[in-house]
Amino acid sequence: MTWFQRIMPPKIKKKESNGGNIPEGLWAKCPDCQAILYRKDLERSLQVCPKCSHHHRLGARERLDGFLDEEPREELGVHLASNDPLRFRDAKKYRDRLSQAQKKTGEREALVVMRGSLHGQGVVASAFDFGFMGGSMGSVVGERFVRGVDRAVADGVPLVNFAASGGARMQEGLFSLLQMSKTSAALARLDEAGLAYLSVLTDPTMGGVTASLAMLGDVIVAEPGALIGFAGPRVIEQTVQETLPEGFQEAEFLQEHGVIDTIVDRREMRSALADLLDCLAPLPATG
Amino acid sequence: MNNRFLDFEQPISELEAKIEELRYVTDEPDLNIGEEIERLERKNRRQTEKIYGHLTPWQVSQVARHPRRPFTLDYIAKAFTGFRELHGDRGFGDDPALVGGIARLDDRPVMVIGHQKGRDTKEKLHRNFGMPRPEGYRKALRLMRLAEKFRLPVLTFVDTPGAYPGVGAEKRGQSEAIARNLREMARLRTPIVVSVIGEGGSGGALGIGVGDHVLMLQYSTYSVISPEGCASILWKDSSRAEESAEAMGITAERIRKLGLIDEVVDEPLGGAHRDPEEMADRFREVLVGHLDRLTRTPIDQLLEERYRRLVAAGSYDEGG
Repeated sequence: MTWFQRIMPPKIKKKESNGGNIPEGLWAKCPDCQAILYRKDLERSLQVCPKCSHHHRLGARERLDGFLDEEPREELGVHLASNDPLRFRDAKKYRDRLSQAQKKTGEREALVVMRGSLHGQGVVASAFDFGFMGGSMGSVVGERFVRGVDRAVADGVPLVNFAASGGARMQEGLFSLLQMSKTSAALARLDEAGLAYLSVLTDPTMGGVTASLAMLGDVIVAEPGALIGFAGPRVIEQTVQETLPEGFQEAEFLQEHGVIDTIVDRREMRSALADLLDCLAPLPATG
Repeated sequence: MNNRFLDFEQPISELEAKIEELRYVTDEPDLNIGEEIERLERKNRRQTEKIYGHLTPWQVSQVARHPRRPFTLDYIAKAFTGFRELHGDRGFGDDPALVGGIARLDDRPVMVIGHQKGRDTKEKLHRNFGMPRPEGYRKALRLMRLAEKFRLPVLTFVDTPGAYPGVGAEKRGQSEAIARNLREMARLRTPIVVSVIGEGGSGGALGIGVGDHVLMLQYSTYSVISPEGCASILWKDSSRAEESAEAMGITAERIRKLGLIDEVVDEPLGGAHRDPEEMADRFREVLVGHLDRLTRTPIDQLLEERYRRLVAAGSYDEGG
């Protein structure tokens, strides 16, 4: 560790170390334990370091690929596209930021939704892509999520969502804020249909996404070490003018404070969620 | 400079001082001075009309946070009768930044819930600058459930910079408290009217902002993040708040044109703080009208319409 790394607060260090995508090539370095890893091994273990179990960030499609059965799969809301209602421009145009994110990730938006199955049982699964504008929730993300919920209700199957997001997408102004109430209203319908909703929080899950769909799971699961919160650590530090407690807003801290139900290692996620869904099957219709 | 006035209100402040001075020098009704006062008042009106006719979004956000602007408890005192404040979330504590209770509007019992800011330093601290903690949102939900049980209409008043970003708030589940309100308000079996009366700051505003009718007072704002916050993230420079306020579209009229709220209620000339009595009278009339309409609608129909409106929010193309 250099002197410079030593003086950086742990949050920033963490961000720097796993912020970017894992570099191209045959080998990768774990940002946590510095081990040099054979990329194929890393892929096989779902981007979890085989040496220290550090959970690297995972793209939305990779996530769903590893989670759902190979067949059947149907992607929902594929063609929905943002139409930049505010003609928003900061240092860059919103439209340019969008096409940049599309090129970088190969995705059209920050949420991918699929109707598929898990161990042969029908399910709707969705995943945020943090690489796509920080997984921010705009109109398309909200609409895709609601289509996922609608499909789950129509087919009488449960919903699983993997969150990874910085929050609402500022470039869509109030449209993005209202995706919070939109997605939450849809989840009320899922709840009334008696269907399970498992919400999985991955690194990082913040802001408007946490304060809506992510915290409404019947069971709220988190990956080890994931940063989860309403306000970002920097904002809190500035507001309260004091150093934050060790491990603040990390999954383990939140479980200790009763904010989330359980922490599950990514390598166990598929079987753990399948097992939960087995136990949370809808009641047979009465009457 | 005087904290009753904003920078761009200074010409108004100067004329008003002059008018006050003239009133002060004469106890007897002197005709000439009377005429002079009238002339200055006419001038002041024209000037106020001119200034307030062309406010930039950034200036509007200053008016929305005006230190003299009426707060939730001011409207409750002026437009309602018999307010009984109900405290606490029954789990952790009472949050003075989010108040609520039973009151009467035109003799009709209603549940009123709103963010509350403070006027002087001591009260500002007590009210935590109108930034609620999780127990505030949980109290709000408790009161809404009570309203639902007795079919009291719920009237909420939004006026917050945002939910409080603090260590305790995170530990006690700020996100969960807001999220739960969003889901439960979407299906609460009683009419809800939401009024943005000042600052509609992000998730902290929306946490009591889901309803059958959403209105904004003319000089209030509603946004996904404060102009300063947006500027510091996207422009990397919080002093460019003026530009971000423009870009995000935070004013009542713009948001109504975007179809994201239902109504803009005009404020008296120069803003609600210039004539709080007049504002409260208008406000009462508007609210009574909506309650008449909403309480006549069968509840299942109301809930279906509420749901349709909530999921219709968004702007996107279907694509090919």
